[in-house]
Amino acid sequence: MKIIIPVKRVLDPYTQARVNKQTQQVDLTNAKMAMNPFCEIAVEEALTIKESGSASETIAVSIGTDKTVDTLRTALAMGVDRAIFIKTDSELDLQPLHVAKILANIIKREEAELVIMGKQAVDNDNNQTGQMLSGLIDYSLGTFISKFDLSADGTSVEVCREIDSGIETRQLGLPAIVTVDLRLNEPRYASLPNIMKARSKPMETIELSSLGIDTSPRIKIVSVEESGTKDRASKQISSAEELFSELNQMGVL
Amino acid sequence: MSALILIELNGSEVSANSRAAITAASQLSDSVDALVLTNDASNSSSVAALSGINTVKMIVDDSLENSSVEVASKLIADVMGDYKYLISGSSTFSKNILPRVGALLDVQPISDVCEIKSNNTFVRPLYAGNVMATVETSDETIVMTVRSTAFEHSGDDGSASVESLSASMSESNSSFVSLQESESERPELTTADRIVSGGRGLGSKENFALIEQLADKLDAAVGASRAAVDAGFISNDYQVGQTGKVVAPKLYLAVGISGAIQHLAGMKDSQVIVVINNDPDAPMSRMADLVWQVDLFDALNELNAYQV
Repeated sequence: MKIIIPVKRVLDPYTQARVNKQTQQVDLTNAKMAMNPFCEIAVEEALTIKESGSASETIAVSIGTDKTVDTLRTALAMGVDRAIFIKTDSELDLQPLHVAKILANIIKREEAELVIMGKQAVDNDNNQTGQMLSGLIDYSLGTFISKFDLSADGTSVEVCREIDSGIETRQLGLPAIVTVDLRLNEPRYASLPNIMKARSKPMETIELSSLGIDTSPRIKIVSVEESGTKDRASKQISSAEELFSELNQMGVL
Repeated sequence: MSALILIELNGSEVSANSRAAITAASQLSDSVDALVLTNDASNSSSVAALSGINTVKMIVDDSLENSSVEVASKLIADVMGDYKYLISGSSTFSKNILPRVGALLDVQPISDVCEIKSNNTFVRPLYAGNVMATVETSDETIVMTVRSTAFEHSGDDGSASVESLSASMSESNSSFVSLQESESERPELTTADRIVSGGRGLGSKENFALIEQLADKLDAAVGASRAAVDAGFISNDYQVGQTGKVVAPKLYLAVGISGAIQHLAGMKDSQVIVVINNDPDAPMSRMADLVWQVDLFDALNELNAYQV
């Protein structure tokens, strides 16, 4: 069983997003970038499955300009077997529908039976790509998973899904796509020897233009503004009595 | 230019998310219908009573109890026909299904709409809500989820007609096993007027009971930071933040929460924010209307003992 793990390069999640007022875009020039944290969890799960002897190969896929190679090298350093780099000439505004179409193409070509990916990327927060991919290639879908168990015969998986009302357990026949939530695992760090080893692991480059996929934007960003969190004029209090009295005055009790 | 709402039911009750979706739809279209996928035909009555709905379209089939997303997305895509809009409230229910419907319709859905600017232009959050983007879609059919904290919740003085749709159920390669539901007598997190929320500072599941005790005293819902959920103090469905629930209550009382940006993203629109923490430099404190810098156990014991 081949496992494909799509990974995305995003603004480091501990960095504040800044808007460039001229371009009306989030300014990523010289910004610290990292692998989307949910993608790291997906990579970890794929490696765990491979280490248990249930997978033949793990393949990381990413789409972007040359800088995207860094993110694929990170996946390789964590332990993924090989990488596929879908190269774009410029910073295209690829949307989940485009990404899903590109991934569908690669999954068909690789005949991968299992796709493990993050439930959302922490830049655009769409939470869509895995679901859309499953619709395009008609794979079973398990979103927001916090537990993954492959059946003994390797034809299905049992997943726990973190949903608004609690935890739902479902059985998915393969081939399947799962999107991972925070509590599935703790991703490993790449060790220095593995970072060195990753440099010699295979990385295939495919020009996006060679895939013949329409990537014209469906959604145009008209403008962006920082909303952030506004500081409030904090008043210090020092007792339960004072707190209840303030809250009563504010009319929120 | 009619709109279809995908209704989310909790038992036989219509979710607050769906009520917000109706309000959003009414800003886009004069003709709003509701779609219900259910195993129980009697659920039509609560949906037909919603304000602002013309026709309730029911698809009733035994297999739709805990239905699979593969089957549901196909049914919804088949019903879309001439509808211009497919709208649902932001929740794990809709986020599971709507993008898959979008793919089947070759549409790029729009997540977490907070404001409607025009019939094809919307405001939605990026980067955990630190950036708000105004986006314009060129798709013929528009599929979107809307934040339930950003739109009024439609009431119950409607009298919609009910139409039963016949549909053929497609085969599914996935099946429901079980649902471990959190039982709670407390108000629901996303619609509560007051929330008492605990963080890593509580230290243990046993100590987290102090949060629950205070919540009961204030008739409030219980919330938690990601750190508290990760540490196993409370289950995932109480998590507030970028990847948990987004809330905007009248009162948000945060106890022992330092305030990662991912958490702030989920509660920054609360009307009054109270922070109880012994760390004056915690990012959470800067957002507070009231700050009580104190050992949180001293504060919780004093609050729980206080005679209101």
